[in-house]
Amino acid sequence: MTDGAPLISARGLIKRFGDFTAVDGIDVDVHAGEAFGFLGPNGAGKSSTMRMIGCVSPPSGGELRVLGMDPQRQGPDIRARLGVCPQEDNLDQELTARENLVTYARYFGIGRKVARQRADELLEFVQLSERAGSKVEPLSGGMKRRLTIARALVNEPDIVMLDEPTTGLDPQARHLVWERLFRLKQRGTTLVLTTHYMDEAEQLCDRLVIMDGGAVAAEGSPRELIERYSTREVVELRFGTDALEPYASKLDGIGARVEVLPDRILLYADDGDTAVPAVYERNLTPSGVLVRRASLEDVFLHLTGRTLVEA
Amino acid sequence: MVTTLVTRAVAGDELRARRAGAVTGRNVTAFRAGGAYWWLVISGMAEPLLYLFAIGWGVGALVGDMPLPDGRTVSYLTFLAPALLAAAAMNGAVAESTMNFFAKMKFAKLYDSVLNTPVTPVEIAFGELGWAMMRGSMYSGAFLVLMAVMGVTTPALALVAFPAALLVGFAFGAIGLALATVMRTWQDFDYMGVVQFALFLFSGTFVPVSSYPVAMQVIVQLTPLYHGVELVRGITLDMLSWSLAWNVLYLVVVTLAGLAFAARRMRKLLRK
Amino acid sequence: MAGGGTPADLDAAVTAAAPQGVRAVHPAMAVLEYFLVGYKRVWRGTVFSSFALPVLFFLGMGVAVGAYVDRGGNLDMPYLQFIAPGLLAFTGLQIAMMESGFPVLGNFKWHKIYFGMASAPLRVGDMLLGQLGYISLRVLVAATGFLLVMVPFGAIGSAWAVLTPLVAVLVGLAVATPMFAYSATVQSPNLMAIMFRFGMLPMMLFSGVFFPVEQLPGALQPVAHALPLWHGVELSRAAALDVNAAWPVAVHAGYLALWCVVGFALARIRFIKRLAV
Ligand SMILES: Nc1ncnc2c1ncn2[C@@H]1O[C@H](COP(=O)(O)OP(=O)(O)OP(=O)(O)O)[C@@H](O)[C@H]1O
Ligand SMILES: [Mg+2]
Repeated sequence: MTDGAPLISARGLIKRFGDFTAVDGIDVDVHAGEAFGFLGPNGAGKSSTMRMIGCVSPPSGGELRVLGMDPQRQGPDIRARLGVCPQEDNLDQELTARENLVTYARYFGIGRKVARQRADELLEFVQLSERAGSKVEPLSGGMKRRLTIARALVNEPDIVMLDEPTTGLDPQARHLVWERLFRLKQRGTTLVLTTHYMDEAEQLCDRLVIMDGGAVAAEGSPRELIERYSTREVVELRFGTDALEPYASKLDGIGARVEVLPDRILLYADDGDTAVPAVYERNLTPSGVLVRRASLEDVFLHLTGRTLVEA
Repeated sequence: MVTTLVTRAVAGDELRARRAGAVTGRNVTAFRAGGAYWWLVISGMAEPLLYLFAIGWGVGALVGDMPLPDGRTVSYLTFLAPALLAAAAMNGAVAESTMNFFAKMKFAKLYDSVLNTPVTPVEIAFGELGWAMMRGSMYSGAFLVLMAVMGVTTPALALVAFPAALLVGFAFGAIGLALATVMRTWQDFDYMGVVQFALFLFSGTFVPVSSYPVAMQVIVQLTPLYHGVELVRGITLDMLSWSLAWNVLYLVVVTLAGLAFAARRMRKLLRK
Repeated sequence: MAGGGTPADLDAAVTAAAPQGVRAVHPAMAVLEYFLVGYKRVWRGTVFSSFALPVLFFLGMGVAVGAYVDRGGNLDMPYLQFIAPGLLAFTGLQIAMMESGFPVLGNFKWHKIYFGMASAPLRVGDMLLGQLGYISLRVLVAATGFLLVMVPFGAIGSAWAVLTPLVAVLVGLAVATPMFAYSATVQSPNLMAIMFRFGMLPMMLFSGVFFPVEQLPGALQPVAHALPLWHGVELSRAAALDVNAAWPVAVHAGYLALWCVVGFALARIRFIKRLAV
């Protein structure tokens, strides 16, 4: 691997299921050591893309190179260096937590002794050592997720692919997972993850693409994207009614842009604290006012006209 | 390297023994964890023995002696024992490679995660087959020992018959894997069970094929268990001849065809 | 394999059974109905196998091996006639074992059907009666079908043969009830496979279906006599050929009935235990 060449490189990558096009010609580059994210709503094509990169789903068109190799012809060699945590936990129900890890390591051709040692280390890493001998079924959802993540690390992969690593977890479990992923990142592991949580993307990703309807809507670091597609701050205004259009028209010119959502109006302004008095000056009395920093959610809204997580 | 090229040509994927072995190893681990481990193994050995005593000895007392193709007459038990060995190899292999394999593929979604590793579909097929054979060989081995002890065959012939019984298991394991990839529901297994039982009864197992109506003889000679019974009986009853080579060839071809088909279908089913 | 209908069917069944003023259906009938609804989905495959198995046995053993047995002349009747009534009784054993093994374990372990029934106003006795009724129907249909196939082969020698399907049902119940208790007790599917091999298979092979029990070594004969199938085989053969059974008919029938009663009591206890957790 020469320095600087991307670990993953896709050009015009397409995935079709019958007539339906799930991934519609995307270009992506992921470089060594970075944490790269696919952010997008349900059905955007995130998992389909991940599965193509993971060499378990043949692309329908375009070009794809992973670790400098061709997934079609060198699938096993590529997968040997990937760690995959799929969207659905597909742990081996008949085995214990520890056996799951050891068995999985064996699929990579790792010797039994090393496999056992790694299993124990990884159980420690995801804080499941106490449950090592437990079958999968009685584990909680968060524990299963952590075990699946541990499983993805058992071959000490060059790239870890995580499809929605924290969906369905409670806040505490999410933070634990984030913290562990952050540690991996610090060790220099390349992370590729999908999410529809913008906070997750902002926390973990150095760079990301926003996907919608199988296409890439924008690409950059979270900060770049926010700077490019949004003002620095956002004022959220509520008026205790659903009929917001009349209010919105009166806000013209205060900020850079106004977005009307079903339950609130978003007023984009670089300085929220000067924008709020301007609203009152126009004889508007919102029932709720919130000034916050712009997020990827706002970027997404701007790019697609829709919110990321349906309210 | 040669095997890699061959399997690429046949199944479109590479094949490494170590990775296939890992799939087998997974089954060993799960089997141990399943509880009642040794009882299950012993009960699997018991099944053909029970048939041997009930039919070979019980019904055999009513039947008397059986003529062999080479002119000798032997006790009914001697006639039956090799056929039961072949049938046991079939039953063991089919049980593991159809029902259990189907459940793992369709319900436990076991292979979805395995395919994220370097393991290829053809390696999964081989690994599952290897597992079926591990169980099968324990059963065949025990049965052959008993046959030698009872004087049905000689220890030397039993030693020759062991790989033959394994080949029968391989052939049916491969057929089973192929079938499991085209099964849609559990219901389909009911039909398969009936066909399997028909093979068990009508493959020259309980009576010589020559006593069947001619049309049936022709059909029976096309089916795999017939060749398994011929082969195992030919060896254990010391009727070695070149015709056994045909039986071997038939079973080898069936094994390869079944595996190639299964691996291709699995790629279709699992690599969407 | 689920041994029943969908959860919606279950709801419909228990609603029908619920005592809303006037009780419309006996609760056991509601359970029976539930299993029949499930059966409607799978009947093709099961009819085929529960009928085909004994018929194949009949052709493979009765006809093919029979030619060699008759040549030997060691039996005082054609082997065909000897084996047919035995296989008919075996049909009851086979279906009962199939339906009271994995399906019962599954209804506890995977589908949780019984827990659903128990949380509806259904008593364990009703649950058992309903499912046993279902099994009886299955046996009755398969045994009658088998009987009809036997006739053209000349394997039936008496008009009393019309009673043989009822014998099969009796055998089925004698086996199904203790098997319910077993299936409600074990946790592992492996233990189910073991029961089939150590329970059902030896009983099938050594209960006088394929050769007379008198041929067994003296020490094993009481074992065969203690198990239910032999009694069913004797009853069935007596009816189908109008010959004397080994023991008086009432003793054979009474012994099978005893198995049913004790089995039912055991099953009830085990069900209540398993449902209590
Ligand atoms: N095996 C398949 N067969 C047919 N269509 C599929 C298949 N897998 C995915 N799709 C379709 O492709 C589209 C993209 O699916 P994908 O799973 O990639 O989305 P996603 O971005 O991961 O969504 P989510 O956030 O819900 O996981 C969806 O419309 C989905 O219905
Ligand atoms: Mg997804």
